[in-house]
Amino acid sequence: MEVDQIVFWVFAPISVGSAIAMLLQRNAVHAALFLVVNFFTIAVFYLVLGASFLFAVQIIVYAGAIMVLFLFVIMLLGVDREESLLERLKGQRVVAIALGVGIAVELIVAIRAGIGFATKAPPDFDEVVNRGGNAAAIARVLFREYFFPFEVTSVLLIVAAIAVVVLASRRRQVITRADAARANEREAA
Amino acid sequence: MSTPISYFVVVSAMLFAVGTVGVLVRKNALVIFMSVELQLNAVNLALVAFSRMHGNLNGQVLAFFSMVVAAAEVVVGLAIIVTVYRRRQSSNVDDLTVLRG
Repeated sequence: MEVDQIVFWVFAPISVGSAIAMLLQRNAVHAALFLVVNFFTIAVFYLVLGASFLFAVQIIVYAGAIMVLFLFVIMLLGVDREESLLERLKGQRVVAIALGVGIAVELIVAIRAGIGFATKAPPDFDEVVNRGGNAAAIARVLFREYFFPFEVTSVLLIVAAIAVVVLASRRRQVITRADAARANEREAA
Repeated sequence: MSTPISYFVVVSAMLFAVGTVGVLVRKNALVIFMSVELQLNAVNLALVAFSRMHGNLNGQVLAFFSMVVAAAEVVVGLAIIVTVYRRRQSSNVDDLTVLRG
């Protein structure tokens, strides 16, 4: 058994298990922490698959920034509320789980039909594709073939930042100097 | 590398299904949003696995772009959840019935 097989068989159960544990937690903070575990296992898979740059990005952006943001909002909105188990639609939970199992089975059958369960990767990925390191190889592809989409994402990020400022700002009543003077006159009268 | 690529894709399919169930079952808007993140990550894993299988980096670059878009989406989504919470004092999706048909 080679190293990557051991890594896969150790981390695959943790990955799926932490995702299911996230579903079963009624407390939002615990769900977020299980999601962090899941993001770390996915980062390990990236490392095994030869995507060391995405491994770093996954940990910094997902497990770091995005989950901190989630936890911050959970704390802001109150952590002590637990979800009610009341169902609005009768039998929603059972049907949803049945559909989830259905989609999993369907996808696995599709994978079997599409690429088969025994397809192995070509062995020379690190020497040929990742020549000079994964980050340098990604930079070559990103800044040559995908340069325009890359610039578009920067616009997207700016638009998102502005949108958040607009959404999250409370409308304050603007008090002008004239208003203040009028209020003072009223008090004096 | 001796692990078949399809194993990673199978894990990705399972995570996607778990995320789908999360979106359908949970009531807290934040947890629903986390399940959507789980689905996005599952698809990213599939992209990276296929990139390895085909021996080129297009899949990894696409996964990178999807991470950028996911970051923007999370920020806007959380701002919307906070705004809704301010108005309704609730993050339970069952309480948001204004658009009920």
